[in-house]
Amino acid sequence: MSDTLRGVVVSHAGLAQALVGAAESISGVSGALVAVTNEGCDGGALQARIGQAIGDGPAVVFVDLPGGSCLTGAVRTARGQGRGVSVVTGVNLAMLLDFVFHRELAPAEAAQRAVDAGGRAIRIPPA
Amino acid sequence: MSIAVVRVDDRLIHGQVVVGWGQPLGLGFIALVDDKVRASDWEQDLYRMGVPPGIEALFASVDEAARRYDDWERDPRAGLVLAGDIDTIVALVARVPRLRRITLGGIHHRPGRLERLRYVYLTDEELAKLRGLAAQGVEVAAQDVPTARAVPLAEFAK
Repeated sequence: MSDTLRGVVVSHAGLAQALVGAAESISGVSGALVAVTNEGCDGGALQARIGQAIGDGPAVVFVDLPGGSCLTGAVRTARGQGRGVSVVTGVNLAMLLDFVFHRELAPAEAAQRAVDAGGRAIRIPPA
Repeated sequence: MSIAVVRVDDRLIHGQVVVGWGQPLGLGFIALVDDKVRASDWEQDLYRMGVPPGIEALFASVDEAARRYDDWERDPRAGLVLAGDIDTIVALVARVPRLRRITLGGIHHRPGRLERLRYVYLTDEELAKLRGLAAQGVEVAAQDVPTARAVPLAEFAK
């Protein structure tokens, strides 16, 4: 088992796939992120998808919204797997770009770093 | 009566419920009826995270829901009663016979279920239970979001 973190992006519809594609395109790092959609499945099947994407862990799971099926599926999976998995909500491209270059951190540390990086990207530019 | 919708949705409190229904109905509370969630503090915390300020999340077992249904109806705020599966709603109707209308939201695919509508998958047994409710005079329809047409059970229970 590698200690390098895997990032799993969980979203409604095709957002996760698009974010992963954009992050890979910009960073040139491939294979660090896995996309999971909640489309067409119930809660149990979504948990199975997330668990499969996490693999042997450790991992950080990035979720689109701070509530709803993606979050509940991610948290249930993280709790159920009993290994190093942290969950971050409000995924954006900036946090994924930061994450792919800091995958040597512990999951909780990487999660906090992602929250900070993602938050810093939300601004109102000068007019 | 302040209960605007009684909905079955296996994702429970999620975007379509909070935003899709919550905004146009001006919901003041969502009553989640689920024995498992009622017994789990951390799951309740998780579902509360998805509820915006201004909407209160209430959690009840089926028995508690039956006892509190009067209070929910008298609540001046608009409310949505939410169950995650057919068995729960059948049990609730059995205890609250005046519950006369049910809306099916997202009931997703799992082994044994067949597609009845794009967002409604049911086993034959689940369908039979819904037909049973309809035979008791309960209006059963499917409607994922308020802007969509409510599809009566008879149209997809063929």
